[in-house]
Amino acid sequence: MEAILTKPQATQLKVSGAEAVIRSLIAENARLIFGYPGGAIMPVYDALYHFQEDVRHVLTRHEQGAIHAAQGYARVTGEVGVVMATSGPGATNLITGIADAMIDSTPLVCITGQVGSHLLGTDAFQETDIISISMPVTKWNHQVTKAEDLPAALAKAFYIARSGRPGPVLIDITKDAQFAEFDFEYKKCQQVRSYKPVPKVAIDQVSKAAELINEAQRPLILFGQGVILGNAEEEFRALVEKTGIPSASTLLGLSALASEHPLNVGMLGMHGNYGPNKLTNECDVLIAIGMRFDDRVTGNLDNYAKQAKVIHFDIDPSEINKNVEVDVAVIGDCKESLNELAKLVNLNSHPNWLDKFRQHDAIEKETVISNELNPSEGDIKMGEVIEQINQITDGDAVLVTDVGQHQMIACRYMKFNKSKSNITSGGLGTMGFCLPAALGAKLGAPKREVVAVIGDGGFQMTIQELGTIFQTQAAVKVVVLNNSFLGMVRQWQQLFFDKRYSSTELINPDFIAIAKGYGIAAKSIDDRGDLQQAIHDMLAFEGSYLLEVKVGKEDNVFPMVPTGASVSDIRLS
Amino acid sequence: MKQNFTISIFTENSIGLLSRITSVITKRHLNIESLNTSESGIDGIHRFTIVVEAEEPLVVKLVKQIEKQVEVIQAIYHQDEETVFQEIALYKVSTEKASEDNLVEKLIRDNNARILSMEQDFMIIEKTGHKEETQELLEFLRPYGLIEFVRSGRVSVMKPNNELYNEY
Repeated sequence: MEAILTKPQATQLKVSGAEAVIRSLIAENARLIFGYPGGAIMPVYDALYHFQEDVRHVLTRHEQGAIHAAQGYARVTGEVGVVMATSGPGATNLITGIADAMIDSTPLVCITGQVGSHLLGTDAFQETDIISISMPVTKWNHQVTKAEDLPAALAKAFYIARSGRPGPVLIDITKDAQFAEFDFEYKKCQQVRSYKPVPKVAIDQVSKAAELINEAQRPLILFGQGVILGNAEEEFRALVEKTGIPSASTLLGLSALASEHPLNVGMLGMHGNYGPNKLTNECDVLIAIGMRFDDRVTGNLDNYAKQAKVIHFDIDPSEINKNVEVDVAVIGDCKESLNELAKLVNLNSHPNWLDKFRQHDAIEKETVISNELNPSEGDIKMGEVIEQINQITDGDAVLVTDVGQHQMIACRYMKFNKSKSNITSGGLGTMGFCLPAALGAKLGAPKREVVAVIGDGGFQMTIQELGTIFQTQAAVKVVVLNNSFLGMVRQWQQLFFDKRYSSTELINPDFIAIAKGYGIAAKSIDDRGDLQQAIHDMLAFEGSYLLEVKVGKEDNVFPMVPTGASVSDIRLS
Repeated sequence: MKQNFTISIFTENSIGLLSRITSVITKRHLNIESLNTSESGIDGIHRFTIVVEAEEPLVVKLVKQIEKQVEVIQAIYHQDEETVFQEIALYKVSTEKASEDNLVEKLIRDNNARILSMEQDFMIIEKTGHKEETQELLEFLRPYGLIEFVRSGRVSVMKPNNELYNEY
């Protein structure tokens, strides 16, 4: 805050609406923001010019890049990500990222410029009704037409974005509100009358959950990102260790519990591990914590865990009974509820039941994993690339992925020691997410190794952000797993559409030349013999680095729960 | 089984909230049978009354997702038996045709309808009641030169007490 003190005091001071935006960001300690200027947001950018020492603005190459970078920043730090864009196309280019943040519960404050209030509704140049457009994909949004309303609107925006189940908020500011001057005063928002972000934990529900858990013979925990968002990793681990219950992660729950933890039985879902999928239909008590029974996790709901009593911990009451009918619901902050639960559960272990998971692991290892991680012939496999990264990072790196085969492989095989280490587009499945999100993650956690693993398709959706990586000199390590296909769609075409490869083959450019054009060190390999050294060189390199690995063109991701099938019908080949 | 449910929503009075609420319903590909908004009787709190035809488990989900919206204070749903509700309908009919015999007058008496305005060319009849009742009058009036018809959204008061009125 020292920098503010060198400037006029922030309380009771005549400033423009534009300057009020920047002072509000400082008051919320948002010191790193992402964005792209344009006509209707220019006054704010002008104010930013005077506060460059207080707020660092990263100029991306596209507004979609800016918002994904803000998401990467938010996911790695746990703080609110901030993105700014101009009106019209600037604002609409944010929509994909907003929808992504909404479905993956990422706290964001999006600030968009708007045409002057006297022009609203006239189809003015670069006018678009971003409030209506963004309404279904924001947790809250609000248009400000008067400068004096800005501090309260921004305070409310930050409060809503970060509290309860986090999500994206959009504040649209007309240009006249940016110019007008008023007496600035900032008060942090503490509550909103109509909004109850953290429902009180009902202790009787916790007791009922504890009873079921204590009587269970074959309990299974499913944990999701809620554990991370609730800062409840320690409480969760304590519960798992006391009860001895095998615990499986959703895609977004990865890294909430160390990969190598003896009770971590792997990943759920369509391309998750064999054991937790199969045994979901054999457990007697299913304990879901901070997860939302996504269809990619449950498969066919008619055959999902029908034999089990289901307990659901979630902060969002609307998630209870949304997809799966539950027997006990514990609504509220899981940091609190898990802590209470841990007091009521018995010290226990389930060696025979846990052994079943290990038996399934052995089958999966023999039929799928060994050949993926340690193949001896043929093209390089995606899995062995991840395995080589593991050899060096040993679970300490942040993995950022895009969407598709490479994502499933990377998330399946990457080792995590530390929470907030897996950043991926889960619910929305947004191709193009990875590269800018990795940039945002690296800027948010500069001391951590950030490895972006991207497919050749998704890479080209936001490839222009190499320019932002170059300009910021953020030392992101980018691994492009290039199979010259939109691999996941091709896999489905092979399995379900008789190999009709309709519009999935990519004729790719020279990625190395492109990286070099952006001043980024790069190398391409296609020989297994070069893999270990190439990964080593990439990770040892001081700055950003792009490694293209040409992998098998028609490799598939297994295991797989085909769409519409039950989790227990998971295929190994 | 699909049936009518009345969803009562108490909210802050803010721009765009109608759209935010209806999008929860349209997202499920569900039609809104009727919709009414007004002040609630509690200072500063707005009230939406929405009727949907759906199965109860889905209505439960809708209500929770509506209540989740930041500016929604409370959302509750009721079956028809749990509420007292009314709709108002206005009928514009040709004065000349309606005067041809005394049927219209009789009908108005039988239906508890009333004449709001009588002009040389047309008259305006008002009736409040449930949809079936206002519909019945509509069908009856058709042969008598119905010129225009409009029916309001449902307004509904729930029979159980709402604790919201004690809180504010």
